[in-house]
Amino acid sequence: MERTTVSASHDTASATTLAPARQIKLLARHPNLIAFAILVGVLALLPLILKNNYQISVLNFIGLNTILTVGLALLMGYAGQVSLGQAVFYGLGGYGAGILAQRAGIPPFAAIVGAAVITGLIALLLGIPLLRLRGHFLAVATLGLNVIFLLIATNETDLTGGPNGLSMPTDLSLGNFVFDTDFEFYILIWLVTLAILALSLNIVNSRIGRAFRAIHSSEIAAETLGVNTARLKLQVLVLSAVYASVAGSLYAYWIGIVSPSDFSISFSIELVVMVAIGGLASVWGAIFGAAVVTLLIELLRNFLPQLLRGASGEQQIVAFGILLVLIMVLMPEGLTTGTWKYIRKWRDQKKVSNSK
Amino acid sequence: MTPDQLFQLFIAGLTIGSIYALIALGFVVIHNVTGVINLAQGEFAMLGALIAITLTSETPLFNRAFTVSWNLPLVVGIVLATLLVMGVGALVYLIVIRAARTDSVIIQIIITIGIAIALRGIALIIWGTDPYRLPEFSEGPPIHIGGAVLTRQDLWVIGSALALFILLYLFFQRTFIGASLRACSVNRTAARLMGINVPHMMLLAFVLSAGIGALAGIVIAPKTFMGYDTGTYLGLKGFVAAIVIGGLSDERGAIIGGLLLGILEILAAGLISSGYKDAIAFLVLVVVLLVQTTGILRRGTRREAAGV
Amino acid sequence: MQRQILALTLFVIAILVLAACAAPVAAPAPAPAPTTAAQPTAAPQAAAGEPYKIGFVTSITGPASSLGIPERDTALMIQDQVNKAGGIKGPDGNMHPIELIVEDDASDASKATLAAKKLVEQDNVAVLIGSSGSPASLAMIETATKNSTPMISMASASQIVNPIAERKWIFKTPQANQPVTAVQLDWLKANGITKVASIGVNNAFGKDSRDAMNEQFKAAGIEVLADEVFQPGDKDFTAQLTKIKGLNPQAVIVHATPGEGAPLTVQYHTLGMTAPLLHNHGIGNKDFINLAQDSAEGVMFPIGKLLVANSLPDSDPQKAVLLKYIADYGAFTNGKAPSSFGGHGWDAVEIALAGLESVGPDRAKLRDYFENNVRNFVGISGIFNWSPTDHVGIGKESLVLVKIKDGTWAFVAPDQYKMTQ
Repeated sequence: MERTTVSASHDTASATTLAPARQIKLLARHPNLIAFAILVGVLALLPLILKNNYQISVLNFIGLNTILTVGLALLMGYAGQVSLGQAVFYGLGGYGAGILAQRAGIPPFAAIVGAAVITGLIALLLGIPLLRLRGHFLAVATLGLNVIFLLIATNETDLTGGPNGLSMPTDLSLGNFVFDTDFEFYILIWLVTLAILALSLNIVNSRIGRAFRAIHSSEIAAETLGVNTARLKLQVLVLSAVYASVAGSLYAYWIGIVSPSDFSISFSIELVVMVAIGGLASVWGAIFGAAVVTLLIELLRNFLPQLLRGASGEQQIVAFGILLVLIMVLMPEGLTTGTWKYIRKWRDQKKVSNSK
Repeated sequence: MTPDQLFQLFIAGLTIGSIYALIALGFVVIHNVTGVINLAQGEFAMLGALIAITLTSETPLFNRAFTVSWNLPLVVGIVLATLLVMGVGALVYLIVIRAARTDSVIIQIIITIGIAIALRGIALIIWGTDPYRLPEFSEGPPIHIGGAVLTRQDLWVIGSALALFILLYLFFQRTFIGASLRACSVNRTAARLMGINVPHMMLLAFVLSAGIGALAGIVIAPKTFMGYDTGTYLGLKGFVAAIVIGGLSDERGAIIGGLLLGILEILAAGLISSGYKDAIAFLVLVVVLLVQTTGILRRGTRREAAGV
Repeated sequence: MQRQILALTLFVIAILVLAACAAPVAAPAPAPAPTTAAQPTAAPQAAAGEPYKIGFVTSITGPASSLGIPERDTALMIQDQVNKAGGIKGPDGNMHPIELIVEDDASDASKATLAAKKLVEQDNVAVLIGSSGSPASLAMIETATKNSTPMISMASASQIVNPIAERKWIFKTPQANQPVTAVQLDWLKANGITKVASIGVNNAFGKDSRDAMNEQFKAAGIEVLADEVFQPGDKDFTAQLTKIKGLNPQAVIVHATPGEGAPLTVQYHTLGMTAPLLHNHGIGNKDFINLAQDSAEGVMFPIGKLLVANSLPDSDPQKAVLLKYIADYGAFTNGKAPSSFGGHGWDAVEIALAGLESVGPDRAKLRDYFENNVRNFVGISGIFNWSPTDHVGIGKESLVLVKIKDGTWAFVAPDQYKMTQ
């Protein structure tokens, strides 16, 4: 994995030293690079346009959800494993960092790394038996995992703070710098998100990524070609768990408190919805799905009461449900591919009508 | 725990397990015929019970904007409510699922999640957050069997679950439509080639499942009461019960899974820890899955190796 | 093509459903009325000022919605009353309408945080009220504190306002669980009961209540034979009750809301259990009696005076306020019976209004007002006395013991605690 990151920076480095014409050609051959550059640009500009910390916070949630969905997209789209318990790893990151900082008194960033390592190990230990299950069976087993995690978080009050949650013992600090405002967390969360996006794009485009896709289309065929499917699936699970853990730790330090309701089964399902809306098997789809679902909920909150007098929470969930069905019926490949398809269709139709 | 107490727990597990089994059966019927995992199955149960309650007793609706008091006889209310929910099942299929029938499984699942959210929201708008009670089907003091006590409604729950299982079995095994449905679940393409109208069968599966779900919600409502969000809880348990033994494609597996889940939960709460009841139940189920699937896997691989 | 046509059908249905659904809800909840000249204002001499904004986060959907909806309806009712009367007179002498901005947190802590940020940062509210549940309230504290915005929670956990040094900006209206337990304890002592069993919901509400019970009962020498729990949403309690039955307790304490508390009480009677059943304040609405019916008879629980307002002596300072709230709420919601949860909302909004009237929409001044000037404030849950050392301000004196009798609530005076055999 380390090797792939190095090669990524090598790519960018060589791109900048090339002559402009070749550079453009190179970029055209690397759509990921262009998309990445656009994303960085947008992220740099957005805080200038946004008016307040609420809007920044929405972006922070999109960032956290992106970290979660990228991992889940790798697991679902490439390794073909449906997990209805991704919130468990998110929760392990949140609770893990809090408990480590509280009990062992280690500095926040060490606690985040520690929680990620522990979560990775737990994912490894759980993955060995669970990944022998397939399809629906795995879905139910991961769902059960989520139930068990929530009960531990609720019942083991001495360790987890119980149903009222665990307050983080300190603010997030690095040396003398204390992450305090929503904007500071915006920068931190999105730096981590970008790093994870870059890492994931590299994995997908590497030999490992091709092996993943081979598993997804046919596990048996991949096996015969000498791919160790069991090991690869386990690696993806651990990777997605580590992603989720980091997101959970960042969430915990940002909000200051974690409680069982943050890691519910409905949140696990919401994550699967985000991945599906973005389009399975697509790292870019993951960020798209996370953004669309998070924004949809906030837009309904902001604008539905203006469209419908007296509309409140009840109407918002009905609208959300129906919009979800609409998106999925109209764009079953996910929004990214779906939108392209519609644009292409519209263009073709225009061409046809022009030629007439 | 005395044997009497154990027997008491067993009966309670059987009752609640019968409901899980009925919901699980709804999952399996739809999944077998259409390939869709319908996560709105629990919402059918909720709608069935709430509609039956509305038809048979005075009920304020739409945040008390108006109150209906049709006070229909219970039997009429139950039949009408079941038919209405079957209609909802038909609409769900005709409007949404039919358009998405060629999509991948995960997309269909998300669509049914959307339907569930919308149905729950509509129920919240119509009935509010209050839970409602349906009168017990037959009045009378609880019945004592040995040292255990059970209500008449418990008997109704277990009895109607049993009756439904038998009726469905006969329907699938002995009628032409039942055979056509089974043909669709074995091989949809072959079924179409044999002249079976597959879309009609899919519609029928949705109607049938909606009906089973509605009845499950109705028989349990006098015991547990019903609110707009009870369906989610029942749906989740039924989903687990449907998969754990039969893998979503075996009716008998769904029934065994439901009863097993009900009994496990109650025993875990009574004998070990009420705080970890669900965790213990799930732990046992996952172990069952692992043991069982290793078996299936081995068989599967062997079959694949043999070129079948 | 079929896809698009069907999608279109769905879209049309969505619009129709939403429009149909929104209309009846909108009827009793008109948008904040702008002060137009046509309105018969109560104080025609005062000029119309800009609206005072109050942020209101509550659980309209999700598991806590049975708390959140009465809270929201109460808040909307007050807004309606105030604005029909022309608004409130601010310290500048102008009449200001109030603008209540209601947000749903879906009973989820992270959504509550985001809702709080929207209200505080974007809508620029003067005071933040919310949320219904303890975890959601705890998650909102950071936003309120960092933005120096006063926040009034409607949830029970005492952690919300303690340690008070870190909760400078946070107040709450419901009683803590400790005084509720204290009333139960008085009753147990009066009857010489030393062995009880407990069963409670395994969430923040039940946990706080169980903690208070275990602590106080232990100190009083009352043995808790079993401390059983069930999950929110559970429908069958036979296992826990069978276990309790085998232990033969002299009384059983329940910590639950009607959704689970009612079937639990019915199953308790089905199993032939006869020990007195003491609930906590979670079952303080009509739903419990409607659902549990005959099994509810004889159930006792400590609660604010709202439920027994009619049987209070006329000298009780709360009586007039309680009766007015019951009548107003009934009129506003087409005859819904009020619950203690709505009462928590009433207290929060009315205290906020008192502050706005006196110091205007200045967040820091409002906080100081709450801490120093909420004295003998007659509310629904009790008579509030907030101070720099107490941000709850009501205690055991605000509670009464209520017994369900003939399908309604009957007041049990402390001298009647002793049961006649």
